[in-house]
Amino acid sequence: MTLPAQDGAKTQVPKQTARLELDGLRRSFGSYNALDGIDLTIEPGEFIALLGPSGCGKSTALNCVAGLLGLSGGEIRLGGNRIDELEPEKRGFGMVFQSYALFPHMSVRRNVGFGLTMQGIRGAEADRRIEEALALVRLESQIDKLPGQLSGGQQQRVAIARAIVIRPPIVLMDEPLSNLDAKLRLEMRAEIRGIHDQIGSTTIYVTHDQDEALSLADRIVVMSQGRIMQIGSPQDLYQRPVHIEVADFMGFRTRIAGPIVGVSGEEAAIDVAGARLTGTMREPLRIGDAAVLSVRPEDLVAVDDGNGMPATVVSMEYRGRAFFGMARAGDDSVLYFRADRALPRGASVTLQPASGQALLFKEAGA
Amino acid sequence: MRAPSLRTRLASRGFDGTTLLVLPGLAVMLGLFIYPFFYGLADSLMPKEGVWYANYANFFSDPFQYRTIAATLWLAIPVTIVNLAFAVPIAFRVRLMTRQRLLTTILVLPITLGTVFVADGLLTFLGPQGWFNRVMILVGLFDGPVKLTNNYWGVFASLVITGFPFAFLLTLSYVTGIDPAIEQAAATLGASPRQRFMRVFLPLLVPGLAVTFCLAFVQAFAVFPSAVLLGSPAGSTRVISIAAYQAAFEQYDHSLGSAIAMIMGAVELVIVLLVLGSRSLFYRGPTGGTKG
Repeated sequence: MTLPAQDGAKTQVPKQTARLELDGLRRSFGSYNALDGIDLTIEPGEFIALLGPSGCGKSTALNCVAGLLGLSGGEIRLGGNRIDELEPEKRGFGMVFQSYALFPHMSVRRNVGFGLTMQGIRGAEADRRIEEALALVRLESQIDKLPGQLSGGQQQRVAIARAIVIRPPIVLMDEPLSNLDAKLRLEMRAEIRGIHDQIGSTTIYVTHDQDEALSLADRIVVMSQGRIMQIGSPQDLYQRPVHIEVADFMGFRTRIAGPIVGVSGEEAAIDVAGARLTGTMREPLRIGDAAVLSVRPEDLVAVDDGNGMPATVVSMEYRGRAFFGMARAGDDSVLYFRADRALPRGASVTLQPASGQALLFKEAGA
Repeated sequence: MRAPSLRTRLASRGFDGTTLLVLPGLAVMLGLFIYPFFYGLADSLMPKEGVWYANYANFFSDPFQYRTIAATLWLAIPVTIVNLAFAVPIAFRVRLMTRQRLLTTILVLPITLGTVFVADGLLTFLGPQGWFNRVMILVGLFDGPVKLTNNYWGVFASLVITGFPFAFLLTLSYVTGIDPAIEQAAATLGASPRQRFMRVFLPLLVPGLAVTFCLAFVQAFAVFPSAVLLGSPAGSTRVISIAAYQAAFEQYDHSLGSAIAMIMGAVELVIVLLVLGSRSLFYRGPTGGTKG
């Protein structure tokens, strides 16, 4: 993907780049705690993804930063100054919404220029900045159209231009790609990261799609039930989730429960129906502890030597390079696995985690 | 290859079994609206005496008659504006509430009261010895009882009470049809609440408000019972429907009565066309943020 010419981009540097601190953020709706103590420091220019299932509080957190929701407790500071009592219109952050939220009665030019008009920037200076922002999202030619005349992807690009034209210190994005089709999502993903790198604003990006978070962010914040489960680089989260829920979110779809029967260094083994399955301990475990082994479908392999966990094939599907299947173990638990050939439904199969790829956690409540 | 059957060809043009469901509605429209309208039109053109347009000529040459148009407009237009002026801010507030349904029910309750019931209540409430005057005198705002019934203000109050729920319900549906994210976007871009209303909401609401205005206006323009019960039907609130009633049922001149009804319809039509026509000056597309 080619990005637009860089000469205009230099003038897009935001007015201020400052550290954003969320300190003990709380927000409740009645008796329900949507945010339950969020602590997060975001460095200038960082691209942060808030990742989690729906209802985890990630959008609430974003709306609190934007000022669209008040806090029930805690502080937000930008460059050391408290901003959590400021109205949204005084914060000067750019925001991009899932539903685009363009002004349907205004042309693209007036949509993008709205924030400038509010700042009292008019005339040639406004025109120049509107064109610059539209060039950044490659929509110069659509400047006089109404939003309704544009495709979904184009509308979202207008929304991005509208958010960045005011040179905000922080750009907030609330699932901006969720309404787009899969192909467009991939294209826009690259564009969003490109724009971020050019304008140098801090970006906070809310998503429930781990691929999006992994490919876009410098750091990912995984949230669940109003709390932060883990903060880390994409590689960190992908390879070393600290919590079984984070692991679940990072594609470790299969969970196999069993007692620990052997520990050596970082590694431990559990016993399942007489088979020994080995994984890396993510929490301290001792022999006899109830544990859960968590593994991605591509790392749970059907083996021929009979040394592994016995299961019965339920279904198989072909996904390009390999066959992926679902099997049921003796205790009725569901196992997602990989095989190098299609196995018939009902066939017996022996599954073994690839060496070093499975993780071991304490069983919840144990 | 065989040509498609008649049924298939009709269906491709939108005619199928479902089309038949239009018939009962069509029959009602013809029987209760189209036929009476043309019957009345013909009746109005066959006066008791004189040329075919004599009824219209009489109406427009007699100040006692033609002034009813101004009297009715003088009631209906301010009432409609007041109703909309109340409905818009309340709808904006209700839009943000979680217990919308309760408040909406309370606000809409007056629609279920009959006009006569409201008129009777207002006669007591706004009368010289009514609570309203007593309270005003008690707190020192009025020196003596102020006449609020059997005049313009009595009818005005009654039309506001019965007309507001209608204007409110329509406005609420238009207001809630606007994606809340649009307002949030305007806020993050630096627009104050006032700017958000003036630059974003109002332009999007104008088409809906125009339709609401027309419907509320037509309702108010046809005022009859409250103009008789709460107003001064021989004086300031001698509205056009009273003129039509008197012609048809007191002077037994149904032809003149029909003519006045036709004039009433024509005045309404002119106002409605003016208001709807001015809509074209504004944006009229979808008010959602996403592609429809």
